[in-house]
Amino acid sequence: MSTDTAMIENQKASLPPIEMGEVMTGSDMLLRCLLLEGVKYVFGYPGGAVLPIYDSLYSSHLKHILTRHEQGAIHAADGYARATGKPGVVIATSGPGATNLVTGIATAYMDSVPLVCITGNVAQHLIGTDAFQEANITGITLPITKHNYFVRDVKDLPRIVKEAFHIATTGRPGPVLIDIPKDVSNAKAPFYYPETVKLRTYNPTVKPNSLQIERMLHAISEAKKPVILAGGGIIAAGAEKELLEFAEKANIPVIPTFMGLAGFPGTHRLCPGMPGMHGSYASNMALLNTDLLINLGARFDDRITMGRTKEFAPNAKIVHVDIDPAEIGKNVETYIPIVGDVKNVLLAALPKVERADSDAWVEQIHAWNAQHPYSYKPSPTGMLKPQRAIEIMYESTGGDAIVTTDVGQHQMWVAQFFKFSGQRSIISSGGLGTMGFGFPAAIGAQFAHPNKTVISVSGDGGFQMNQQELAVVANHNLPIKIVIINNKCLGMVRQWQELFYEHRYSQIDLSTSVDFVKLADAYGIKGLRASTEEEAERVWQEAMNTKGPVLVEFVVEPEENVYPMVAAGNTLDQMVLGDEE
Amino acid sequence: MEQKHTISILVNDQPGVLTRVASLMGQRGFNIDSITVGQSEEPGLSRMIIVTRGDEKTIEQIMKQFHKLIDVLKVQHLSSGPMVARELALIKVGTTAATRSEINGIIEPFRANIVDVGVSSLVIEVTGSSEKVDALIDLLTPYGIKELSRTGITAISRGAILAKA
Repeated sequence: MSTDTAMIENQKASLPPIEMGEVMTGSDMLLRCLLLEGVKYVFGYPGGAVLPIYDSLYSSHLKHILTRHEQGAIHAADGYARATGKPGVVIATSGPGATNLVTGIATAYMDSVPLVCITGNVAQHLIGTDAFQEANITGITLPITKHNYFVRDVKDLPRIVKEAFHIATTGRPGPVLIDIPKDVSNAKAPFYYPETVKLRTYNPTVKPNSLQIERMLHAISEAKKPVILAGGGIIAAGAEKELLEFAEKANIPVIPTFMGLAGFPGTHRLCPGMPGMHGSYASNMALLNTDLLINLGARFDDRITMGRTKEFAPNAKIVHVDIDPAEIGKNVETYIPIVGDVKNVLLAALPKVERADSDAWVEQIHAWNAQHPYSYKPSPTGMLKPQRAIEIMYESTGGDAIVTTDVGQHQMWVAQFFKFSGQRSIISSGGLGTMGFGFPAAIGAQFAHPNKTVISVSGDGGFQMNQQELAVVANHNLPIKIVIINNKCLGMVRQWQELFYEHRYSQIDLSTSVDFVKLADAYGIKGLRASTEEEAERVWQEAMNTKGPVLVEFVVEPEENVYPMVAAGNTLDQMVLGDEE
Repeated sequence: MEQKHTISILVNDQPGVLTRVASLMGQRGFNIDSITVGQSEEPGLSRMIIVTRGDEKTIEQIMKQFHKLIDVLKVQHLSSGPMVARELALIKVGTTAATRSEINGIIEPFRANIVDVGVSSLVIEVTGSSEKVDALIDLLTPYGIKELSRTGITAISRGAILAKA
């Protein structure tokens, strides 16, 4: 944190001196506020209603990354935020510019990612007249933002920006949108930036109730089969280290949810892997048999409970720690609710927690893992298996990389076969399940960490939803490893049609897509292709040795399914183990 | 068990607050029986009274979700304690010279007032619990109700219980 603060202070110091009370335009104020908030990059796309803002940008210290689509911009801002924990910032124009942000806003909302989204709007005298490029974006985004603002008076703008950053980053983080009509961007007023935020109606509880923590500790002392379900809250709170210490001290296995994968080392003896629909056998068995389930910052999503919340963890007392009180009791009935920041909870519990009587239980989980580890059969035709492609990436990096994904089969294989350990090392759309998210998110992550290995893994379907952002990668020479797991179809849809719709493969064939290697070449990006394991290893080495951007197309077995699988509506004991059987 | 609940929420008097509350109800699949909004005891804050249905768990979730709205200061489950709940109805009833005095007799025990007299209709104003308003409407129905306008419930806790900011 201290280096961040130092960076922000440096940035403030490098600003041209400005006296509070200096008269300036709304758009100048906006950029001034962003700099004062420590924003380094904004992602965006200009247009009519934001012309004043882009005019101010022309001579600003802010670095603006011009994407090729507003959706690319917001996913990049999201990737930046997830890679750093700092708020991502995106700017789009009114009407279509603003509506192109909607998928990205919903993606960030579902995964509690701090974003500040700035949209222009038509001038106020035109609002409500169906003016050119007018859309009621505050209305549209009401259910998918933590809060949103329509700025009516330029004098309110600095306060609103200050509040927006505060709301986006505190409590349960989330996207906040600020809609600025063009007359407000143009209007002038004296600039005063508030030092602090005064919001009487917003006070998230971060300090946990100590009595409830005592109850949790007591429950641990009585438990024989405790598990921790660690969710995205661990990452949002930056509580990775505390979780590791707590789990080791108490000898409690940690089951990271998909959103929590980077919250606990995937190679740790106490980590049986992800639970749920495509989770590991051991983790699902552990959830079925545990007598004490400690949920740290997860939200009992239906991909884990399978929507069968009554039968979920049927033998367990449930402890639920969440910063958002509305999550507690929303899906699963809770025995010990603890509202607060999960890091504070762990810090309070750490000095007092004692080793649980859990040796036999940990052994049992190891045995389940040995019985049915994640596995796949080698291809009879010698074709590359997608799981093998992920393993190759993992082996070559030792997990020291930031991996971004879309949604679908490749996402689940990444979750299964790439063992995460680094802080904020997986960036993926978990809640909304957004195709086309991973590649632009990788752009944001690479801007945030120019020296880290960033691997963008997509399917051939999702990649084509935002492949236009190759231009940004080429333009900024971002050294992203752009991986396409190409099975020439929409794999997860195909899997469901095979299993639940009698092989009636409806509209999943993508075999007539572009030649991805040539596409990369057209952008001046190196493109590589592999379709056997041997080729894959060689090509991946070459990709790793490539200094600049590189696109790697892994042509894989098209009929591969993701296992284990629990069909929707079934309970976790109805796992289908798939190929190994 | 599904029951009627009355919830009071104190909100910033800001444009769009009613939309935020109503949108949240829709988004989360909660029913609204009625919603009223007006000034509260403090300038800058409005009070909304929402009548909804659901079991205990649903109501708890509704209240928590209201609390998450940035413009919401306080959420109180009024119907979990002693409260006074009232609504106002304006009822336009068809009349003839013959029925006018009859109607007068009907409304008297309800302490309702006639607030407009037309050639062939009367407008009756009644205030009270929803049950009282329902009862009067039932009695007036045979005469032909031409228009009906109800405000929905507004409510307040009894005695010293405070839902103040």
